[in-house]
Amino acid sequence: MKILVAVKRVIDYNVQIRVKEDGSGVHTDNVKMSTNPPDDNATEESVKLKESGKVKEIVAITIGEEKAQETVRKALAVGADRGIHVKADSYIEPLGIAKILKKVVEKEKPDMVFLGKQAIDDDCNQTGQMLAAMLNWPQATFSSKVTLKDKSMEIVREIDEGLETVEVNLPAVVTCDLRLNEPRYASLPNIMKAKKKPIEQIAAKDLGVDIANRVQQLKVEEPPKRKAGIKVANVAELVSKLKNEAKVI
Amino acid sequence: MSVLLIAEHNNKNLKPFTLNALSAASKIDAEVHVLVAGSGCESVAKEVAAVPLVKKVLLCDSPNYQNYLPENLAPLVTKNADKYDHIVASANTFGKNFMPRVAAVLDTSQVSDVIKVNSPDTFVRPIYAGNAFATVKSNDKKRCVTIRPTSFEPAPKTGGSAQVEKVEAADVPNFSKFVKREETKSERPELGTARIVVSGGRGLESGENFKLITDIADKLNAAVGASRAAVDAGYISNDHQVGQTGKVVVPDLYIAVGISGAIQHLAGMKESKIIVAINKDGEAPIFSIADYGLEADLFKALPEFLSELNKLNTIQK
Repeated sequence: MKILVAVKRVIDYNVQIRVKEDGSGVHTDNVKMSTNPPDDNATEESVKLKESGKVKEIVAITIGEEKAQETVRKALAVGADRGIHVKADSYIEPLGIAKILKKVVEKEKPDMVFLGKQAIDDDCNQTGQMLAAMLNWPQATFSSKVTLKDKSMEIVREIDEGLETVEVNLPAVVTCDLRLNEPRYASLPNIMKAKKKPIEQIAAKDLGVDIANRVQQLKVEEPPKRKAGIKVANVAELVSKLKNEAKVI
Repeated sequence: MSVLLIAEHNNKNLKPFTLNALSAASKIDAEVHVLVAGSGCESVAKEVAAVPLVKKVLLCDSPNYQNYLPENLAPLVTKNADKYDHIVASANTFGKNFMPRVAAVLDTSQVSDVIKVNSPDTFVRPIYAGNAFATVKSNDKKRCVTIRPTSFEPAPKTGGSAQVEKVEAADVPNFSKFVKREETKSERPELGTARIVVSGGRGLESGENFKLITDIADKLNAAVGASRAAVDAGYISNDHQVGQTGKVVVPDLYIAVGISGAIQHLAGMKESKIIVAINKDGEAPIFSIADYGLEADLFKALPEFLSELNKLNTIQK
């Protein structure tokens, strides 16, 4: 079987983002970038399935500017076999990303597509579900356990009420939760080896899909700031403040 | 010009967040219709029809929708989408799961997790874990929108009498199957709607120690939350997680215990009215957003907190 795993380059999760003064977005110059965290879980799960012998090939794909390739290299360094970089210089909405991925899926014919459940920059939580619908495939979102069978997958999903188990026929789209696994670090020899693995480059505009954005970003602003509070000396003072000042207990 | 809202329910009762999404939907357009799709869910349709903001209920009663599999539900929504300019649902694991399938088939770019409706085409939504708010304008003719429920007041439940119209089931693809659902049962208030939330983090050091948190929660009639670190460590189940990829809560009082305050956690609770932080590390980032910070060892502070609370006889319910 074959897996296509999609990875996105985002501002590192530890970076405190800064909003631009002109309201046009957030600062990205000289800001640490890395792979979207749940995308690392998607790669890890793909590699585990390959190690189990059920999967023969993993193709890692990213869509974005030149440097987005780093995310594919990282996937190659932990076990993906080859990469695809769809070049696009500006932001593409999940709808456009899903259309690009659909084109690639039609060419690569994977049995499964793995993605992170959500990107931590635009927080949209759409791409995997959109791709599944466009392909007319089933989906398993927010996956925290994946069991691959012959022609299907049994998946435990994290939902608001607790856990849900579904079975989806292959081919299928899986979006991964952070608790699905513990992403491994690439070893130095594997990082070196990954440099020799092929990455195919395709220009987004050559794919013949409509990726024009439909949602216009009018402005980006900082959320209202909380006023700094006070430190209390002890528990008695805390309880007294909550009761008499904040009046919440 | 009208809005189709997809109701979330368990085939018996409406889930409360649908009422919050309904308030938001009515800010988009006054003509709000609600689709109730389920199996044996007539009582839900009645409940929805009684909500004054609802102008019409579409009821689709079929075994196909018993477990609201997105592969089944999305085609039913798209089949009924013609007459509507907006399709709306809550931005929780229910709405997030099926709505993008609807948007993809309708070829429309979804606006996720809306916290403010400026006009029928312009919305405010948080990005970067709520560290920035984006005002966006949708240029699509048909718009799929998911609503962050805690940003809108729930709509009043009674007094209305909307017409209930039955609609036919759509074809289902039969490539996915519901197996089981393990819902965490609790006597405590629901995390998403509780007036008080008491949350524990890695500082609790074990699942057993979470009893210190639940004792306080029970005393205050509060829900129990947790940081991702505490859930990852197995101290408590995933449905308690508050944060960017967990639940967003806006209680009157949020008590964070042994939680350092990573950006991802703050995303889920920083809109709370009053925030209390109890942490032994005085430099922990949680203190920078706390109204009341107590720098203390939680293993000493929590039992003391409980005994102080026990001295009060006026705990609000």
